[in-house]
This record gives sequence, C-alpha cells and structure tokens, in this order.
Amino acid sequence: MSKSITVRYFALFRENAGTSEEKLSLDVATAADLYEQLQHRHGSLDARAHCKVAINDEMSAWDAPLADGDVVLLFPPVAGG
Amino acid sequence: MQMTDKPIRPDELRDLLMDKTAGAYCSFEGWIRNRNDGHAVERLEYEAYCPLAIIEGEKVIAEAKKRFPGLQAHCVHRYGMLEIGECAVWVGVSSEHRDEAFVACRYIIDEVKSRLPIWKKEYYADGNSGWVNCERCAAHAAHD
Repeated sequence: MSKSITVRYFALFRENAGTSEEKLSLDVATAADLYEQLQHRHGSLDARAHCKVAINDEMSAWDAPLADGDVVLLFPPVAGG
Repeated sequence: MQMTDKPIRPDELRDLLMDKTAGAYCSFEGWIRNRNDGHAVERLEYEAYCPLAIIEGEKVIAEAKKRFPGLQAHCVHRYGMLEIGECAVWVGVSSEHRDEAFVACRYIIDEVKSRLPIWKKEYYADGNSGWVNCERCAAHAAHD
C-alpha cells in the first residue's frame, strides 16, 4: 500500500535532487526502503552508511517504520566545525 | 547549544561559564582557514538544520555532563557565509579540575562535528565550490 511521504533534502542532496522538498506516494515500509527508492529516482545519493535520517524532526534509525503522512529529512554526510 | 548567523564572541561566552566551584576552564575555537586538501579556499558556507542541530547538541552536552558531574559546558555554531579567519564553532567547559575540562571539551567538539546536521561548502580561489565530506570526522569520533 502506498504512503504519502514528504521528503526534505539538505546540502548536497538538495542540489542533486534539484529541490528542497517533494511529496511522494510510495510503497515503502522503512526509511531504508525510501532511501533505496530515491537512489533509483535521483541516482546520486551517497552510501547510506555515511548519511543520517530524521522522521518528523527526530533522528531515526534506517530500519524505522514509515507511516502515511511522515516527513522524512535526509541528511548527507555531516561536516560541522 | 546555540546556532547563530552572527559572529561568535568567545570572551563573552567564557564569562557564562564562570563558577566559584570551577578551578579549570578549557575552550576550543574552530576557525576558517584558507586551504583545504591542497585547494586555496576563499570562504565557507555553513548550512544547518537548526531545530535538530540544537537538540543533538544539547544531547552531546548532557552526555559530557553526565560523565563529569559538576561540569559546565556550552557550544555555539555558526551558519551562513563565513570569511577566512572567522570563528565557526566554539566549545567552552569549566570544571573543578583540568583533566575533565580537557577531556569534556574534546568530547563535545568531536561529537558535534560528527553528529549535528551541519554541512559546509567551500568556495575555492579558482571559482569552483564543493561540499565537504566529513567521513574522517565520524571515523575520529568512533575511535575516541
């Protein structure tokens, strides 16, 4: 069953996707599933191990389940300091 | 934890950590330098997702305080366009003795660099620009 997911991209991901946010209807169970589908869609995301994900403004694990209406933030490798 | 688009003033921040029980103060300042990986850098742009950067930064500071009871700690990170020589991040801690001050300060800056949703884009003298990939920061924190 497909879910309505809002995806927000940051830094390099935003430039690669050409947008900071998109609303998608996807058949995905977890954040990892979403990432995999978006890799096919944009073909330019980094290896997942170096990236982070937040769901509804909370840092999450890649195996966290997604619900209809979730807002998923995709963070490329961070580089503060 | 504080995120700001204004210049960081370490002297004013240091005063916030003054405490009669503290015998030690340690701070770290991260500055914008003019070279990275052999490229001449002209300026740096920091992008941050502030709501989560603040939450994650508070967690890092809480972890340090839990490890060293009595520790006072504060961290400020800039975002936006920064010029060479500007302070991008400041960490300050005060504690009873110097050992925990050094260790806690080091812990906070390493975790801040590897965990907070902050990214930097370098603008080079040759007109190119590029996002800095900080995998080595994460590797460093993992070894600490």
